[in-house]
Amino acid sequence: MGFYIVQTLTGLSDASSLFLVACGLSLIFGVSRIVNMAHGSFYMVGAYLAYFFIDKLPQGPFHFWIGILLSALAVGLIGMIVEVFLLRRLYHAPELFILFATFGIVLIIQDLSRWLFGAEDILGQQAPGLSSSINIMGSYIPQYDIALIIIAPLILLGLWLLLTKTRWGILVRAATEDREMTDALGVNQTWLFTSVFFLGSFLAGLGGAVQLPKGGADLLMDLNIIATAFVIVVVGGMGSIPGAYLAAVIIGELNAFGILVFPQSTLVLMFLVMAVVLIIRPYGLLGKEEAPEHDNAPAPESIIRPASRRLKTAGAVFLAVILALPAVANTFQLVLITEIALFALACMSLYFIMGPGGMVSFGHAAYFGGGAYFAALMVHYLHTPMELTLFLAPLLTGCLALIIGWFCVQLSGVYLAMLTLAFAQICWSIVFQWGAVTGGDDGLLSIWPSAWASNKIIFYYLAMTLCIGGILILRHFIFTPFGYTLRACRDSALRVDSIGINLKRHQWFAFSIAGIFAGLAGGLYVFLKGSIFPDEMAISRSFDFLFMVLLGGVNSLFGPIAGSAAFTWLHDTISRINLWQLILGSIFIVLVVAFPQGIAGSIGSRLNKYFRDPA
Amino acid sequence: MKHVSRIAALFTLVTFLGLFCITSAFAADTIKIGEINTYSKLTNFTFPYRNGWQLALSEINAAGGVNGKMLEVISRDDAGKPGTAVTIAEELVTKDKVALLMGSFFSHIGLALTDFAKRNKVLYVAAEPLSDALVWAKGNRYTFRLRPSTYMQAAMLAAEAAKNPAKKWATIAPNYAYGKDAVKSFKKVLKSLRPDVEFVAEQWPALFKINAGSEIQALTAAKPDAVFNVTFGGDLAKFVREGKLRGFFKNTFVVSLLTGEPEYIDPLKGEAPEGWLVTGYPWYEIKTPAHDKFAAAYQKKYNDYPRTGSLVGYNVMMAVAAMLKKAGSTDTEKMVDAMEGLTFDSPVGPILFRKIDHQSTMGAYVGYTALKDGKGKMVDWAYKDGKDFLPGDAEVMQLRAK
Repeated sequence: MGFYIVQTLTGLSDASSLFLVACGLSLIFGVSRIVNMAHGSFYMVGAYLAYFFIDKLPQGPFHFWIGILLSALAVGLIGMIVEVFLLRRLYHAPELFILFATFGIVLIIQDLSRWLFGAEDILGQQAPGLSSSINIMGSYIPQYDIALIIIAPLILLGLWLLLTKTRWGILVRAATEDREMTDALGVNQTWLFTSVFFLGSFLAGLGGAVQLPKGGADLLMDLNIIATAFVIVVVGGMGSIPGAYLAAVIIGELNAFGILVFPQSTLVLMFLVMAVVLIIRPYGLLGKEEAPEHDNAPAPESIIRPASRRLKTAGAVFLAVILALPAVANTFQLVLITEIALFALACMSLYFIMGPGGMVSFGHAAYFGGGAYFAALMVHYLHTPMELTLFLAPLLTGCLALIIGWFCVQLSGVYLAMLTLAFAQICWSIVFQWGAVTGGDDGLLSIWPSAWASNKIIFYYLAMTLCIGGILILRHFIFTPFGYTLRACRDSALRVDSIGINLKRHQWFAFSIAGIFAGLAGGLYVFLKGSIFPDEMAISRSFDFLFMVLLGGVNSLFGPIAGSAAFTWLHDTISRINLWQLILGSIFIVLVVAFPQGIAGSIGSRLNKYFRDPA
Repeated sequence: MKHVSRIAALFTLVTFLGLFCITSAFAADTIKIGEINTYSKLTNFTFPYRNGWQLALSEINAAGGVNGKMLEVISRDDAGKPGTAVTIAEELVTKDKVALLMGSFFSHIGLALTDFAKRNKVLYVAAEPLSDALVWAKGNRYTFRLRPSTYMQAAMLAAEAAKNPAKKWATIAPNYAYGKDAVKSFKKVLKSLRPDVEFVAEQWPALFKINAGSEIQALTAAKPDAVFNVTFGGDLAKFVREGKLRGFFKNTFVVSLLTGEPEYIDPLKGEAPEGWLVTGYPWYEIKTPAHDKFAAAYQKKYNDYPRTGSLVGYNVMMAVAAMLKKAGSTDTEKMVDAMEGLTFDSPVGPILFRKIDHQSTMGAYVGYTALKDGKGKMVDWAYKDGKDFLPGDAEVMQLRAK
């Protein structure tokens, strides 16, 4: 009996830690619609700062708590600085683009933390007076766990009072409901956003600081927590603070008891919960259906038109350069360009559902990695030749996308994106855990092209043919009736519905088409690298694709190519330097400020007049 | 607003031009070595490792290099991604024209490079990755590994653990290949030495995402006499703290892989566990002339004490230098031949790269943890030579890929 009580309490205390991280994220998202990747970084900085504050403060009964509070305030200030100096400049850009900017901040904080706080892991201090444990019928529970169980509901209560009983809170809720109307009523949105960002970051810092006695501070904390935090926010319903608490308790308890029944469940449980919740309740447990924004169509969206004659000529020249390249480039450059082309194809498939389809996917690695694994498994077990593999792998991936897409198109917006993430994580954990078949994280090795294509130049031409072909086919789809319908579905669901078009089915097919081409890119990737590991299906790969598309620009057909080229090439070039993440993060931020429509989008809108056909 | 974006665009342009111009000036007559490791993650291990090989490199070059040529190491960060590592390897080999590759920390990256080495016929000397597959199931002519493998370290611990009367064992390991291999090897060796032991529970927390409280509870519920732990880094710290608070370690004998390494035990400070049987690196007590020299030089150069990573980095660089000297050439086949059966002197004694499976005989220190002056230390330790903890030749031949 004591055991079950203590296990329940342990689950609750884990839930408290989760809630503290997630509530700030939920708050920020609710008001500003920003998906803040840097939230995990603020959490990490909170932990480090609290450690040093507690260390330096004169010892006393309260120094521990004062240190925690100071650290949370400091993190709040950092968040405020980020908002005032960076994010505020970007509010006119598409919301997803801000996500990319916050990723730049993640990179910068990574390297700055290493430089400031040192490379070694830190074990957090114990809270004075709470450093032993309580015996409950023969099982022990640390006192600090009890403290956490109490702290989280207190914060929840405090936030609730703040949001319902103060003028500021009312304004925040009004902005959450309807931003434009609040603006129209003369509320100073700028400062409202800044204050919300301060509070959200404060809570992230607090979350990092109060978990010190449960662990410590290390440099992997930021990315380790961010996915969990998002899951909590989404399961609870975006913008709902009580929902976040409920979700945290559910996930905390499921984790605590899940490992008793199935110790391996640690990898995937959370994402299974999210998938189930989203399928049953599309807006999370306590979330409300998003009120439609008034300016439904993204502002600067220029309608994509078929290529003009001049643009076609430019494309042909570009193609000729690609084909002539092996004459001048060395092998490594060819390999790098091949890689860029593969990513460009994968990005184009993501762009296909994101741009014309209007469906953001956080889980595109499921298809890229899926295609790669289908190919690798076929070669490994059935010894299929490369040609057949490259034909079958995309088809199998298309089937996978059919299954995933069927669930995903039932949702929309961020919830759809998070469901794709959940499915991608489930696929990833299957590959990771099923070592007997997939090799687990030791991967599958020695998957090389057929003899005729093993020469790097020939493989280059093969990859180029398939990638450019794939990109052109996807491009062609956009200008078929199917493509036009898809765009109509994005722009006005209501009108599409009233003229008898089956919206969901179109989106569903778009998903599968995207899956097929991402699978082709994945299949080629295996033959380029010779091996495949679960990393290619992991969250970071999905976000790489997303960032490439954003970097290139979501409003330009050339965006995915420009984005993947810039992203891959920058990575390769800059990773030679120490503190490269700092530099890369800064470059990303500068790019975001300089090209708010993405590289290709911004350049395209400037050069547009030269490529228009003479009227 | 327009102004800001113009300036930003200009700034971007200048940066890009600058990046195009990055070229390293190479000395004319050097032997280039490509080095790949995860320098942007797991820095608590890879930074001391980098210090280690840089120390060895400066010593080698100060002594006139190898065969009249200076050594030059081109070091790259793989960001913890095998795909990136393969691209970098390609770049190092085809663009920078390095003679061989060395390094890597994660097992899966080590395996990706192993396969790259096999296909491109490039020598790859793996420094840190522990996976058994690296030299056995996926082993090949072009890959060698320095550090004692998961199997070797687990076998060393099992041999010592067999002396403990504990009969009911539980295991906790991170849920990925290293954890799974370690548990499998430990079980196998312990069972063969002590057929009477039984394993009553297994826990598999996700790497670096342990819910220590729940895991400790689950282990407690199985009432084991002893636990084999494979968690490390931040997971280990949480495991130790929760276990202490929940009274789990009071009556439980703990055997723990890698926990005695300064990288992992030092962050625990005054809370380091006592009486655990561990593998590690008690640099503060090793008093051999060779090690004294290494430790003194290291502390002089970096004003910091050596970690396990430092030792591994130093040894791998020294091994490469010894090999180049023996081969007298940078022809891959000649270097591979020189590597097979190569013996070189290291701070921990002579190390041999076995011809049969390309595993080195570098050993590990096995001992018990204790608290001294508020710090975790190893006591009653002994150096276990790797050659005594490898399976017999017949078994190795079976394990190793044809």
